[in-house]
This record gives sequence, structure tokens and C-alpha cells, in this order.
Amino acid sequence: MEQQEIITKMKMILAPYIKNPDALAHLDRSSDFIRDLKINSANLVDIVLDVEDTFDIEIDNEAMEHMLTVGAAIDIIKNKQA
Amino acid sequence: MATHRVVITGLGVVAPNANGLAAFEEALKNGRSGIRFHPELERLHFSCQIAGQPELDDTLIQRYFDSLELRHFNSIGILYGVIAGMQAWEDAGLSLSSVSDAPDWESGTIFGNGSSGTGKFREAVYKVDEGQTRKLGSTVVAQTMVSGISAYLGGKLGLGNQVSTNASACTTGTESVLLCYERIKNGKAERMLAGSTSDSGPYIWAGFDAMRVCTFKHNDRPEKGSRPMSASASGFVPGSGSGALLLESLESAIRRNARIYAEIAGGNINSGGQRGAGTMTAPNGEAVQRCIKAALKDANIQAAEVDVINGHLTATAKDSLEIQNWSEALGRTGDDFPFMQALKSHIGHCLTAGGSIECVAAALQLKSGFLFPNLNCEDLHPEIKRRIAATCIPRELQQSDINVIAKASFGFGDVNACVLLNKYQT
Repeated sequence: MEQQEIITKMKMILAPYIKNPDALAHLDRSSDFIRDLKINSANLVDIVLDVEDTFDIEIDNEAMEHMLTVGAAIDIIKNKQA
Repeated sequence: MATHRVVITGLGVVAPNANGLAAFEEALKNGRSGIRFHPELERLHFSCQIAGQPELDDTLIQRYFDSLELRHFNSIGILYGVIAGMQAWEDAGLSLSSVSDAPDWESGTIFGNGSSGTGKFREAVYKVDEGQTRKLGSTVVAQTMVSGISAYLGGKLGLGNQVSTNASACTTGTESVLLCYERIKNGKAERMLAGSTSDSGPYIWAGFDAMRVCTFKHNDRPEKGSRPMSASASGFVPGSGSGALLLESLESAIRRNARIYAEIAGGNINSGGQRGAGTMTAPNGEAVQRCIKAALKDANIQAAEVDVINGHLTATAKDSLEIQNWSEALGRTGDDFPFMQALKSHIGHCLTAGGSIECVAAALQLKSGFLFPNLNCEDLHPEIKRRIAATCIPRELQQSDINVIAKASFGFGDVNACVLLNKYQT
């Protein structure tokens, strides 16, 4: 799956968790879920579950620990799909 | 220690017969029953297939919950409690704070609950048993912890004082009012959101159905099913919902120029210790009478001054005993007895929410000056008729200038709470 396609799907997943529409619009690889997108840290597990369902992958606890930015999430998704 | 007078300045309610204050007052006056037949209870082979369940629409829910909160949300008691609690807050003329505001250090809540989020808990149990714990999501704890309701309210309102939940079975709602009252009276807070909520549906009601304490004789006539004080009462009708009361120091209310529904004059909370006639499920009459007498003393109100009793009166065989306890505690019989009100005849027994919804009704009665019709007691129980005059149990709406209402609730564990509300006078 191409990076742009993954980003488009990630935006759809993240939309409900992001209160600020500007942050969502300007989201890129470097966006930090908590610092930049102001997502409640408790919701990160819900995002992981949504990512698993959308991309039909399983993200283990170790991978989840590193999933702090949009870029890291994309790399994990690509890696799992490979 | 200097103490503070405590008044009620806001009310909110989600009840089986109405949502919101105006509709609830109208329903009270018209004696509108909220008891309906529930096909789901029939399918599940319940003995009692009638119940009181609030009817909520999405517009109302979306006013108080955003779309993210509603994702995977399945805790109906929290839904009822948040709606009623925030209604009371708004009704008191208080503004809804934004997430960037500082906590409101002078406002808190002790909001009662019983079993929380049974629907969510059921989902979680299935997933856990299938080895899918990692897929539970992040909100199982918040939705199923008993203090979930106070935690949700605390966050939505930005409360910075005590944020807690009390639980004492069917005494919960009335106990909540007294706990919040004491906190303000003692100067620990200026405003406390009192109230209670109850989860709804078969998982909550099944345990009572199994005990055979709910009526099984009125499945074909739901509105006739809840019959407090009636000779043909055959068990309670389960209900659910939430009532909320914004309590405030008189100083704060005057400073804000807030409308005052009533003053909380005092009250008492006790237990019969499950000794004597008291058991897990039955009250010790001596404890009930002590609770009523101690409440009067605390409120500095004479027994003769009580105009109206908003009873517990569930429509079981214990109703006669309750009337006897009131009569002996107040030393009043015949037509000297106060007017008796049994709200459960309209909405059933809303369990942990019962006391708070009934306190909301009592506050409205004091403010608007009326007695609501007691339904389904055309055949008064002979033991009740022997003790008090039938005219003390109005079956039609009556305008009445009420100064003092005594409200009591009793619960499993042999626990009691009695609060005295009076008309506010400067």
C-alpha cells in the first residue's frame, strides 16, 4: 500500500480523536499523536485497535510502544503488511 | 464551628415517565405512568415483564456527549446520570466551563450509583473469556467502575472539589443529598451536585425477579402494576433513571441571585445493623423510627410541622410497616397524619435512582405547591386504613401550600436515610 493511501486512511481513523480540525488538516509523518495532535493518551490503544481492523494486521505490545508519531505508525503498518 | 444554610438551586431528571423538569412536573401532576410492558423481559422468561425505563432520543444524548464519547459506549446509568446532572447544573444558572478553564475548586459532587455499565461489563466478560483482553479498548474501566458517573460529571463540569460516588442500595439517592448537604453545611464546598443514577435492563432487574419481589400479576396491565399502599400490591415494578439536585450554600445562592427551590433543613442516615427484625432485605423498625426522629431533631423541626411525607413505599408487603413506622415516629395517626406521597406508583422502583428522583419531585412540590395523585391505591391496605385517614393519601392532584416535606429511603443492608426539605424563608 502506498504511503499516501495509508495517510488518507490514517486521517479517517484519527479524525474522531482530534478536537482541532487544523491539526488534522496539517497532519504529516512527523506529527506526534500526543504532543501535536493532542490525542488523549488513553485513546492510543483505541487507535491501535482501529488500525488493526482497517489494515487487517496485529500490532504487538513492543511495536505499539514505538507508535508515537504518524510516521512510526506508517512504518509499522508497511512492515506488518510486507 | 460556623455552619452554613444549604438550599437547592437546580434540578434535573431522567425518569420513566418524563425527561427534563417541565415535562416531569407535568407528568407528576397528571399522574402519568411510566410503566410499560417490555417484550425483552418476556423473551427472557422474567416473572415480571413490566418496568419503568426512560425513553431518550439521540438529540438529547448528543447534547451532553460528543461522538468520540459515544463510540463503544454502553453504560446506560452513566448516560442517565450525566444528562440529569448537567440539567441540574444548567437549571441552577451555572455555566458550562470550557476545557481550558481552571477547575471550579468550590464545586464538587457525591453522585450515587449501584451496578455501573452492566452492558459494557457483559461485552468485556465475553471478550475476556475469548482471550481477547487486548481488544477491550480504553473505556471499560471508566464505564464499569461504580464511580464512573461522578468521574464523567467531574470532567464535564470541571469540578475541583470532592468528586465521589456513594452506594447504599435503594437509600443511595437520599443519602447523596445528605452527604452533599453536610459538606456544604460544614464549609467544605460552596456547591455540590447531589443525585444518583441506576443502570437499566434485564441484568439489573434479574436478581430482584429471581427473589420474587417484583409483581408478576400485571404483565397485561402495566400501568396498574405499581400499587404502593394497596391491598392488592403484589411486589414492586423495577425502574431506572436518574435525579440530580444542585445544592448550594445560601450565601452563594444569594450572591448569584439564584432561584431557590427549597432549603435542606437537615436529616439523618443510619442502619438497623441487621439485628432484631432487620436483615439484609428487611428493615429494623426501631432503626427506621430512630432515623426519622433524629432527622427531625437535626432539622429542628417538630413532628407536628411535617406537611407531607414522600415515602419509600415500594408496593410490597412492607408498605404497612413503613406507614406504622412513620406514624409511631411522628406520634400522628388518623386525619392528623401528614399527606402521603408514593412516587413509585408512577415510575416504579428506580432502585439506586429512586431516592434522588423522589427528592427532585419533593423539591418541585415545595416550589409549586401541589400534591401529586397516588396511583393504584383505590383499595387501600386495611392495616394502613386502620392507622391513618384515607384523606391523607390523595388520589387526585391537589394544590397545597406545603412548608415541610420529609423524604425517606430504605435499602438492602438494613440502611435508612431521611431528609427534611422546607420552603425557603429568609
